[in-house]
Amino acid sequence: MFKILEARELTTNIYQMIVEAPRVASACLPGQFLIIRVHEDGERIPLTICDYDREKGTVEIVVQAIGAETLKLSKLKAGDELADVVGPLGKASDLVYEDIEELKKKKIVFIAGGVGTAPVYPQAKWLKEHGVDCDVIIGAKNKDLVILEDRFKEVCNLHITTDDGSYGRSGMVTVALQDLWNEGNRYDHCVAIGPMIMMKFVCKLTKELGIPTVVSMNPIMVDGTGMCGACRLTVGGEVKFACVDGPEFDGHKVDFDQAMNRMKLYKTEEGRLMLKAQEGDTHHGGCGNC
Amino acid sequence: MDGFVRVPVREQDAKERAKNFKEVCLGYNKEESESEATRCLNCKNPKCVEGCPVSIDIPAFVQQVKEGNVEGAYQTISKSSALPAVCGRVCPQESQCEGKCVRGIKGDPVSIGKLERYVADTAREMGIVPEGAKEKKNKKVAVIGSGPSGLTCAGDLAKMGYDVTIFEALHEAGGVLVYGIPEFRLPKDAVVKKEIENVKALGVKLETDVVIGKSVTIDELMEKEGFEAVFVGSGAGLPRFMNIPGEQALGVFSANEYLTRSNLMKAFDENSTTPIMRAKKCVVVGGGNVAMDAARTALRLGAEVHVVYRRGEEELPARKEEVHHAKEEGIIFDLLTNPVEIHEDENGWVKSITCIRMELGEPDESGRRSPVEIPGSEFEIECDAVIMALGTSPNPLISSTTKGLEINRRKCIVANEETGQTSKEGVFAGGDAVTGAATVILAMGAGKAAAKGIDEYLSTK
Repeated sequence: MFKILEARELTTNIYQMIVEAPRVASACLPGQFLIIRVHEDGERIPLTICDYDREKGTVEIVVQAIGAETLKLSKLKAGDELADVVGPLGKASDLVYEDIEELKKKKIVFIAGGVGTAPVYPQAKWLKEHGVDCDVIIGAKNKDLVILEDRFKEVCNLHITTDDGSYGRSGMVTVALQDLWNEGNRYDHCVAIGPMIMMKFVCKLTKELGIPTVVSMNPIMVDGTGMCGACRLTVGGEVKFACVDGPEFDGHKVDFDQAMNRMKLYKTEEGRLMLKAQEGDTHHGGCGNC
Repeated sequence: MDGFVRVPVREQDAKERAKNFKEVCLGYNKEESESEATRCLNCKNPKCVEGCPVSIDIPAFVQQVKEGNVEGAYQTISKSSALPAVCGRVCPQESQCEGKCVRGIKGDPVSIGKLERYVADTAREMGIVPEGAKEKKNKKVAVIGSGPSGLTCAGDLAKMGYDVTIFEALHEAGGVLVYGIPEFRLPKDAVVKKEIENVKALGVKLETDVVIGKSVTIDELMEKEGFEAVFVGSGAGLPRFMNIPGEQALGVFSANEYLTRSNLMKAFDENSTTPIMRAKKCVVVGGGNVAMDAARTALRLGAEVHVVYRRGEEELPARKEEVHHAKEEGIIFDLLTNPVEIHEDENGWVKSITCIRMELGEPDESGRRSPVEIPGSEFEIECDAVIMALGTSPNPLISSTTKGLEINRRKCIVANEETGQTSKEGVFAGGDAVTGAATVILAMGAGKAAAKGIDEYLSTK
């Protein structure tokens, strides 16, 4: 069992937790992810790592309650335990293997969308610790949904944009990137993490601008160690497994339409379970299965 | 009983079992097993033992069954095997112990597998556990993977007195026994969990949720955590696909995914939180045991199932018994048939698969006649799901993160067959990680050999 040390709601429906997981904390690098099970018999849920403390043996996760199991997770408090935390999984970001002096010469921009803001944080923090500057664009629907702002300010040049213009710049992250480019920011490298649709349009723009772009894919997964192939996607015409070959890939080569289509696989079944979980004992149909 | 015919084993009715996940084979009772045991000729030079990859003293335990001494029979088997209730169910006895039985020359061989199962199941019900080590050795050994090879290796080392820890990547121990083989062939709670508890009762520690190569490396286990030897039994690896058009459509799965959802995550149970597709008409591609397991699972989840295999009936690599059971349950076999393309509907879901007829040509290097396409014979099978059961390729997680661990051109770990010794000092390996996908019992044999190899290594170190 893995003890939850801290738990809080960051904003509507997005939760932050610090969990004891010494093996993950001692080995993880920016770009990697982990898998949890909330309880015995629970589903395996892949989650991004927002931060880690090697000495305390803890990892920080940020999660949006969007399915039956993440809803259960969101209700846990400090002192509760998770049945399983396994990781780190996937490959670390290429940035951590690059020559630091070479990195310092590059102008790097991260584009973070929604809950995808969380996995950008350890990358920006890692760069800061190694003396590398970077820009980060956080995109959110509105002011209330911007997360981790204060922590990002300490590690990067932060740009915030909201869809409704209620905070920071106004418009989608692609608009912000284009504006920054027009303002004279000539980026050499882009990392985009967020909803697939956001990553798709960021890649469309960066291709036009000629900025090499890495994306972090979050498809459906079961084991997370390469065994099941559920997370397969097409990158540059080749089939890759996000869990072992990724999760980061060359965004200009990813077949996003196919990847987004594959996300639909269990939609109706997940919706049914979500209804059941929300309504609990009061569940009385409406899920299409009763 | 005239001695030529074995005592038949009771099975769940085919029509009934096609709708449930309860065990197909019901096994022998006391009378049936004692009667079957009398057929053993107790040969002076028992061929059956030669046929057993873990060399169980078969005539001895069969005689004990005949005498009604289940406890004695269990301890006889336990000397050689950590997982008798599993092996009694999933070993291909027809090509091993029973294949060598003298009785088989004129008539049926002794039902050794069913007797082993009877002994293990009865011992479990009686609460009999294997005998552990008398003296502890103060030496730590790490076992990577809790599948058949790892459990066997760990059990044997614990019996010798070593301080053994098994590291398992998944949340539950058992490897292929829990994620791969379905409930109706190998009950998880009643059989697999209990046998694993027996291994733990020998003093073996188990740490789940540890992915070796990611959470911690073999080098770190040896340099920082004090393990003096390591056994790698990490299993087969990554599922293969055919690389035909349409394979990314919704409704195309690897058998590994489909079976893991159903077996490990219990998706066959309505109360499970893990979803699984309940297909109407499902095509399973492949002819091995995994293909049979996937087909029979899809059938139980409500589908009409077609097994598509490019060679003929004789060449099916699955056990005869599994093919027979599958047919009884209503699985349709489209043999000498190979898929060429999967078609999607407007929403990206599978709607059909185009296949081509094959004929057998000259034998290939494996000795099997290789299938050749018959030009112009393409035809379409309508379906809403396709399951690919085409085998696996080794997972590079361990080989790529361990210094000095040699792999061969097929990317399997190179290990000495007798001792399990790899190219790296103190590191031993066995099972599918070495051989590529094979059987439970061969993996157990390798785990056993490696336990001996590790003991010799640590005794002379």
